[in-house]
Amino acid sequence: MSQSLVDTDVETQLRTAVAEVLEDNPTKVDDLDGATVWSALRAMGATTLPVPEELGGQGAGWREVAVVAEELGRAVAPVPFLGSVLATAALLRATDDPHAAEALRGDATLVVPLSAWPGGPLPHITVDGDRLTGTVRSVADVRGTLVVPADGALWLTEQADITPVTSLDRTRPVADVEFSGAKAVRVAADGAVEHALRVGAAILAAEQVGIAEWCLDTTVAYLKQRYQFGRPVGSYQALKHRLADLWQEIVLARAAAKAAADALDTGEDAALLAYAAQSLCAEVAVHAAEECVQLHGGIGMTWEHPAHLYLKRAKADEIALGTPGRLRVLLAPLADLPA
Amino acid sequence: MTEEDLLRRVAALLAEHDTGDRTAFLRARFDAGLAWVHFPEGLGGLGAPIALQPVVERALAAAGAPDNNPRRIGIGLGMAAPTILRHGTDAQRARFLRPLWTGEEVWCQLFSEPGAGSDLAGLATRARRDGDDWVVTGQKVWTSSAHTARWAILIARTDPDVPKHAGMTYFICDMTAPGVDVRPLRQITGEAEFNEVFLTDVRIPDAHRLGDVGDGWRVAQTTLMNERVAIGGRPMPREGGMAGVVAETWRQNPELRTPELHDRLVRLWVESEALRLAGQRLRESLAAGHPGPEGSAMKLAFARLSQRLSGLEVEFLAADGLRYGDWTMRRPDVVDFTGNDAGYRYLRAKGNSIEGGTSEILRGIIAERILGLPAEARVDKDVPWKDLPR
Repeated sequence: MSQSLVDTDVETQLRTAVAEVLEDNPTKVDDLDGATVWSALRAMGATTLPVPEELGGQGAGWREVAVVAEELGRAVAPVPFLGSVLATAALLRATDDPHAAEALRGDATLVVPLSAWPGGPLPHITVDGDRLTGTVRSVADVRGTLVVPADGALWLTEQADITPVTSLDRTRPVADVEFSGAKAVRVAADGAVEHALRVGAAILAAEQVGIAEWCLDTTVAYLKQRYQFGRPVGSYQALKHRLADLWQEIVLARAAAKAAADALDTGEDAALLAYAAQSLCAEVAVHAAEECVQLHGGIGMTWEHPAHLYLKRAKADEIALGTPGRLRVLLAPLADLPA
Repeated sequence: MTEEDLLRRVAALLAEHDTGDRTAFLRARFDAGLAWVHFPEGLGGLGAPIALQPVVERALAAAGAPDNNPRRIGIGLGMAAPTILRHGTDAQRARFLRPLWTGEEVWCQLFSEPGAGSDLAGLATRARRDGDDWVVTGQKVWTSSAHTARWAILIARTDPDVPKHAGMTYFICDMTAPGVDVRPLRQITGEAEFNEVFLTDVRIPDAHRLGDVGDGWRVAQTTLMNERVAIGGRPMPREGGMAGVVAETWRQNPELRTPELHDRLVRLWVESEALRLAGQRLRESLAAGHPGPEGSAMKLAFARLSQRLSGLEVEFLAADGLRYGDWTMRRPDVVDFTGNDAGYRYLRAKGNSIEGGTSEILRGIIAERILGLPAEARVDKDVPWKDLPR
């Protein structure tokens, strides 16, 4: 096993560069417009990392994508990164097709519910010749070319009614996408959706590590300066032990997420490690966000404090691309642990 | 020192010495500096980077050379040796390290006491100066290998009139000396891997003092730090620990499976795999010269997972979970957390969150030293030891 589970120098540089952008443009509770961050990421090539250079991308690996996702999670940045990862992963399976290659150069959305999981059922889209009809609910980051799984292929179209809905996680809003005889181009791409959802699950694990780390760091900082009964509340053992446990969970989550991202590049155990990382990191992120709210006390319950952005993102992420329990069901046969 | 240099030296060792005579070969290996390559020359090492040790181990294992059975002499290798190297005199290093490493002399550790567990610095075993000797009286507990040990590392109180951390001194104790009484300490598994050690007017020559008088706590930190590093230090294959044992039980018994147990098992399997990967990550950081604090997480997670997994296994086994292998009092040579039957594993795993620092103490260390949270109020810090309530 030659995989490395620590950042390479290139990854460290990328991490720092992304973190600087996010530091200059922090997520604001009442202004969730990520356009500035997104154009900065685009300018540095962080939005097309896994796309080969000849197709207008950076020719990097999924490990680098995971680094960006982790930093975006840490900042709970309201940018369509996960959506672009899903669309890219799907389209990269069909680059022989000129339409797919063209779509990779622009914005695109894989039209599946954010709650879809690898190998799971998808909403039914009727195909009549080159026309699509049907509705897909709760699609994240809808923009650009719509890449629609139907009839065992991908269909590219721009014709749809897109209805934004009020989302639990406003930093990654979802929308309903309705096709009413939309004219579409068929692209053959065997297994592209399952693959994309699996890639997304592994990358999402990195995002969840970033979320959890922010929640822990922020809570620790707060407990050091919040005084009650004449002492910093962080000096109480009941709270210290909870944070120590959380820190330990994050140590495990970080290793699992890194291994999952690495496996996407090497192909070795990619599915097993993606499901392992996502099922673990999803729960760790939710736990971290819930602890963050609780241990901040009253301020943690306010709209003003950003903790709720992380809680909502963590909870939505737990559902995204397979709930932890669902992913454990997918993992079991891969680990030879039959039900 | 490069990998090639080491391999040349290994080849020379193998060419010149018969691997059939275990002790003679191990002595020769020590003298060739191939025992622990990061130790100084003349003391079993070559002053090489510790990261090169696996090169030697692999080459010798491939040649079928005997090893020093590290599990049997773990306390000597992991705790006594680094402490003697760091704080010992030249004479002490020359006398003790070679037979320690070859396994000719087994070591044990006389630290914990019935009244001093987590609060080790509160220990009450007294050492009084008498001419060139120290005379030691007290009781130690949880001593593995005491019944096979030739030597012990020992902390005792030499000055009860100063605050607790300041009044201790570190010694090397001869386990065959008059006044050393070793009694088995039977534990919840039925066996006795540990001992109680009663010390009554045991004479220790001052030449066997390690470090300065009153400096015992600082010397002990070297020992204890090495104890924690040892946990999670070795590379492990997937399912290498308790997860593998329980997974195998699961595979063998399809008729006992339930959906609820399945989800719990897969969850614990995932966490075990993550723990293994975290260990790999930690070793990579260490090798790159960036020791991370993750070691404390390793032990905390290891204890929790061992306990949950072994508990799940007993529950899963249902009717067989009601049975137990053997309650006879036994004295195991080496401890195998994953050996024996499910009931044993479950009971033995209870010790994982107690031995080598309880999980509660560990959480305190993580919170204060890693997360930087404020320390607990310590009421005993500036009080002479003799005035502390106990």
